[in-house]
Amino acid sequence: MAETSFDLIIVGGGPGGYVAAIRAAQLKLKVALVEREHLGGICLNWGCIPTKALLRSAEINHLLHRLDEFGLAASGTSFDLAKIVKRSRMVAGQLAGGVKHLLKKNKVTVFDGFGRLDGVAGGLRKLNVSKDGKAVADLTAKNVILATGARPRVLPGLEPDGKLVWTSKEAMIPEAMPKSLLVIGSGAIGIEFASFYRNLGAEVTVVEALDRILPVEDAEISALARKSFEKQGMKFHTSATVKELKRGKDSVLATIVAGEKTETITVDRVITAVGIVGNVEDIGLEGTTVRVERTHVVVDQYAFTGEPGVYAIGDLAGPPWLAHKASHEGVLAVEKIAGLPHLHPIDPLSIPGCTYCMPQIASVGLTEAKAVEQGHTVKVGHFPYIGNGKAIAMGETEGMIKTVFDAKTGALLGAHMIGAEVTELIQGYAVGRSLETTEAELIATVFPHPTLSEMMHESVLDAYQRVIHF
Amino acid sequence: MPIQITMPALSPTMTEGKISKWLKAVGDTIKPGDVIAEIETDKATMEVESADEGVFGQIVVPEGTEGVQVGALIGYILAEGEKLGDIAAAKPAAAKPAAAAVPVAAESAKPAAAAPVATPVAAPAGGTRIFATPLARRLAAEAGIDLAGIAGTGPHGRIVQADVATAKASPRPAAAPVAKSASAPGPAAPAAVLTKDRVQSLAGGIAYDLQAHTSMRKAIARRLTESKQTIPHFYLTVDIELDALLDIRTKLNARADGNYKLSVNDFVIRAAAVALKRLPEANASWSDDGVLLWKSVDIAVAVAIDGGLITPIVKGADLKGIAAISNEMKDLGARAKAGKLKLEEFQGGTFSISNLGMFGIREFSAVINPPHGAILAVGAGEQRVIVKDGAPAVATVMSCTLSVDHRVIDGAIGANFLKIFKGLMEDPLGMLV
Repeated sequence: MAETSFDLIIVGGGPGGYVAAIRAAQLKLKVALVEREHLGGICLNWGCIPTKALLRSAEINHLLHRLDEFGLAASGTSFDLAKIVKRSRMVAGQLAGGVKHLLKKNKVTVFDGFGRLDGVAGGLRKLNVSKDGKAVADLTAKNVILATGARPRVLPGLEPDGKLVWTSKEAMIPEAMPKSLLVIGSGAIGIEFASFYRNLGAEVTVVEALDRILPVEDAEISALARKSFEKQGMKFHTSATVKELKRGKDSVLATIVAGEKTETITVDRVITAVGIVGNVEDIGLEGTTVRVERTHVVVDQYAFTGEPGVYAIGDLAGPPWLAHKASHEGVLAVEKIAGLPHLHPIDPLSIPGCTYCMPQIASVGLTEAKAVEQGHTVKVGHFPYIGNGKAIAMGETEGMIKTVFDAKTGALLGAHMIGAEVTELIQGYAVGRSLETTEAELIATVFPHPTLSEMMHESVLDAYQRVIHF
Repeated sequence: MPIQITMPALSPTMTEGKISKWLKAVGDTIKPGDVIAEIETDKATMEVESADEGVFGQIVVPEGTEGVQVGALIGYILAEGEKLGDIAAAKPAAAKPAAAAVPVAAESAKPAAAAPVATPVAAPAGGTRIFATPLARRLAAEAGIDLAGIAGTGPHGRIVQADVATAKASPRPAAAPVAKSASAPGPAAPAAVLTKDRVQSLAGGIAYDLQAHTSMRKAIARRLTESKQTIPHFYLTVDIELDALLDIRTKLNARADGNYKLSVNDFVIRAAAVALKRLPEANASWSDDGVLLWKSVDIAVAVAIDGGLITPIVKGADLKGIAAISNEMKDLGARAKAGKLKLEEFQGGTFSISNLGMFGIREFSAVINPPHGAILAVGAGEQRVIVKDGAPAVATVMSCTLSVDHRVIDGAIGANFLKIFKGLMEDPLGMLV
């Protein structure tokens, strides 16, 4: 008979749940993790990681077409979509195996099944686990962390069918290269797929309901990204919606409405990337005081739901929908449960966001517009890739780094980057934010030459009218 | 790395303390829980326990040093396998043996506020580095808040932006750096520093003996100045006839059989507790977020001790019988005079009582002891001629004055409290059950 009594049960084995489980084990809690499908969750199996593998193939393909620029030559270059997809799946599989190993090493008991809150007994939360409708186990614990994640949002008329109209999951495992593609939604997910497919030769059209693409990013970054994508041949419809999808045998007739204007286009495939909804159903929230608003569980700053012993983290608990936010929330919730002192809530403005399109986009903190809206008097710095030696040597001269400071306190309010490798650079500003640096420390930091990171320095210098190389 | 022993914050109001005694010598083995030093705070002398294990390595701040800032390095413990030489390596470069804890350099070192300084000074008050984020340092400097008075909640006790914001929201006068006030246009700049020379000149240049401030004297000065400057006080006075109470007291004491000896003050505590219980609006404190209606009646009673006073607390006084209150008060009073009260025995409370009746004071008004919403000043019970049924009569009468924080308690509520209190004191059977 397997053990059924724990200090903590975590429902969901994604980047929120499994990281929380390991942290709990480190704090000597007896932990169970309930996962219905695959350890590592969407992120690792059907999200962040496999798409990065796909985009790496696209990036190499892009460079292959620029060989001459670098004095290289190759003939007969081509790509094999099946192999690209296979590699992506292999990468995901390897990492999922790694998570399993980590949980085992930390003595986390993993239950294969669907977890559901099942009332309270003797001050303990009860949770039943079932698999294919059959009961697997009845567990008890003082605390439960719900980390059931989210799934793509479905809009009426735009329902995915797996064949012609894809969600991100189908878009990750195409059997054939579509000649033309319509991407609905220009958030990180939509833009990454647009970038991948455009790079491999598809005609890509992107429709965005708001007035600019990547609407959470700084307006200047959005504009630069659009310009760059358009140069690559992507088409954009902003302030536009897709009214109707007429599904044919092997193509779709899409009606795009922008204000007064209506346009129809025929595409091979459609990807809908119009946001996500939380997996709040059938997890036993009925009969608890847990509140659900707009498909997400409402929590306080420590991921507590208000229902005794029930916490919620990650996508389930609302935006930003990012794996690293889920992991951090998981750790915070566990440390709160374990009673560690001096915990600080996660500062949403210190959570970086990355989009792995080409050129890459990364940001942390407030956009310039938001900073002004919140009443800050700002100092803003810019530095373009064209002014950076390493960028020129790399042949990556497109891009810009922007920094926003509070003019009064020197606090780094936000950083916004577009260009090669910015997703690897943004952490520098994230560290700066979590250490509460001001412009003075950033200016005093020695950045190595020649690197792209020098632009991070120059952008700060620019905000204080001290830029050297531009 | 040798373990640093720092000046602990032994009470929420403590910003500095005096090392009254080192109880361990260099080379002594230290186990967690061992008492390593005695610290004199603004309230009492307290023992400091080690949380760490090792060998006592070095005294940084010698016995008898006063004004050691909370958080300042005071000594080192060596972990297993470490040598004395390791201490030198661990010392922050700026550290100096802290003979004089007063930050003498502060006067000239204050940078102009306008130009951001690339390398903010790591204020070496007391010879140690204060850990704070750059943003916290800059915000504190702008607000004129001394980092030494802020408790850090960041990693390893680092002071972060949020801590400065908290300190700013609940200003503690202790945090105002005295040396800066001459030049800094800080908010609510205190009056010019009262140096001894200035006071002497104000007094006409006569000779004097200087009695150094004790920690307690500084705490009294600070807290009561804060009280009078920030709390809008008003005062309500009633006369209470004590004859019935004195009669009952005599009868109860006669049957005590050595188990208790009730004083009038014990009745005052009990009656105030019952009145507060009946009128919860009077058992309240001000906060910027809202009035806090306390769920416990904890009565602080001022006790005069050598060099000042202290306010031990009868907790849950509404739930305790009068004999229990009496015995508890005797114990608290005795230990207060011996300086042996524990922290939790004199910190907090929801209401205070100050009784000067034993000195023959007829009536007085007391200064509210923050965060309390009111304080009851009790005068002497004395025979007075009163008018009873239209004719002069003699009764034992005691005047009590309630000082009230008008932000929390309005006149009618204060008056109602005194009405209930007076009723209980004049008909004491009502407070016995």
